[in-house]
Amino acid sequence: MEKELWKGNEAIAEAAIRAGCDCFFGYPITPQSEVPEYMSAHLPKAGGVFVQSESEVAAINMVYGAAGSGKRAMTSSSSPGVSLKQEGITYLAGAEVPAVIINCMRGGPGLGTIQPSQGDYFQATRGGGNGDYRTLVLAPSNVQETVDFVQEAFDIADQYRNPVMVVCDGLIGQMMEPIEWHPVPKRKLPPKDWATSGKYGRDHTNVINSLYMAPEDCDQHNVHLDEKYAEIAKNETRWEEVDCDGAEIIITAYGTPARIALTALETLRSAGLKVGLFRPITLWPFPEKALHDLAGNPHVKAFLDVEMSSSGQMLDDVRLSVEGQKPISYLGHAGGVMPTVEEMVQSAKKALKEVK
Amino acid sequence: MKKEIIISGFGGQGGLAIGKNLAEAGMAEGLNVTWAPSYGPEMRGGTANCSVVLSDKPVGSPVFAHPTELIAMNAPSLEKFEAGVQSGGIVFVNSDVVTDRVSRPDLTAYYIPCSKIAEEVGNPKVGNMVMLGAYVAATEILKPETIEVMIREMFTGAKAKLVPLNIEAFRRGMACVE
Repeated sequence: MEKELWKGNEAIAEAAIRAGCDCFFGYPITPQSEVPEYMSAHLPKAGGVFVQSESEVAAINMVYGAAGSGKRAMTSSSSPGVSLKQEGITYLAGAEVPAVIINCMRGGPGLGTIQPSQGDYFQATRGGGNGDYRTLVLAPSNVQETVDFVQEAFDIADQYRNPVMVVCDGLIGQMMEPIEWHPVPKRKLPPKDWATSGKYGRDHTNVINSLYMAPEDCDQHNVHLDEKYAEIAKNETRWEEVDCDGAEIIITAYGTPARIALTALETLRSAGLKVGLFRPITLWPFPEKALHDLAGNPHVKAFLDVEMSSSGQMLDDVRLSVEGQKPISYLGHAGGVMPTVEEMVQSAKKALKEVK
Repeated sequence: MKKEIIISGFGGQGGLAIGKNLAEAGMAEGLNVTWAPSYGPEMRGGTANCSVVLSDKPVGSPVFAHPTELIAMNAPSLEKFEAGVQSGGIVFVNSDVVTDRVSRPDLTAYYIPCSKIAEEVGNPKVGNMVMLGAYVAATEILKPETIEVMIREMFTGAKAKLVPLNIEAFRRGMACVE
């Protein structure tokens, strides 16, 4: 298959169109503005609807409405804009409406910077909105994966009637890389018989709502959601292990730092170190058991978690998974500064030295 | 083989386009490539740069502190990035704009009068193609034919008349280092 050079953000938009996205609602913000820009030019030609909303809050509520009617809907933004969408995301989760949300992360907190960051891990995996809910979070680490995951995200959302987030960062959004438009596996999806798309002779009216008047009913709804989240965790947890067999030090990283780590791995290997990479691909569900089991191997001496976050966010999940079996050190930068290969190499050497 | 190239200059000098051309040509020759731009407020009237990796193996980090080659289209770029270039690396300097010389003795320097040649060819905008030619000739990792095919595909329809001009600029750039 022929390779094409695509910019991450434009590839995200094209992937969504290829996945049958019917509606896109968004508001420009660096570093993801090429997503709405591309959508505005190409989605209407593909028969879809593009609206540049008056705000991020409006965009996510338009998604709620369009997706509630059974259409495939997406919105994209970057960190401060995704904060504004949190109310809508918890409504989507509560009402079990499928949708795809892209977060091309930049430095924070607040308006922060426009450079790449991963400071929204907690927001994405813990639920930035209120209530007990989960969004499945896919974290690609190159443009090809981004394209594949965005297409798959629509199917995953429809299968579980749940919002799915694809989180990347400003670097993946802005960079260009060769990709192939290979076919992405299509899932067998349930009919959207819950959608508010017209009664058409049905004996009841579909209602989409996240409000319960009786606490017992809301409790039961939460039980149902929990069962669904357990099913998602069972079926959809993904990760990648690179050279972990026999490795003494394991770098844990996702997205851009995981890719920078691949270069660090080469340097460390040529210096004679036994080093591996454990890369969560779904941030929620986190590949807890796989990491726990890896930590239990006698050959593994230590972990080094690397993130574009000041003191570590995924680090919490790494600790919860490793459960104290091995020491974990941390390397990270926030605000748009990326950890370098040289820093990773030094930190890995130091972490290993401390346990030997 | 792995080339890690930083191309840096004022917005409008075509530095980012040099990078895209290198990435496109690398991809056409079956290499693994990445192109990562700096982006931010500095692009308005200031210096913009991009990082390009051309490799026969899958690309890990698309960003790096120590390029194998630096293309400096303006003086701030040379000042900012010269210190980081790998020992034995090459620096290409746009000598019509940059009066400074490369100070490190362990680097090979090429001084390319991009603007002067571009004007001789007939269009000041093709200075970046002159620099691209110099890079291709000095590093020999991409075939000149690949670039020329790409130029023909880049300018079609009403813009097809720009093809000879760009190819001429590219060849004059090559001649600067041969």
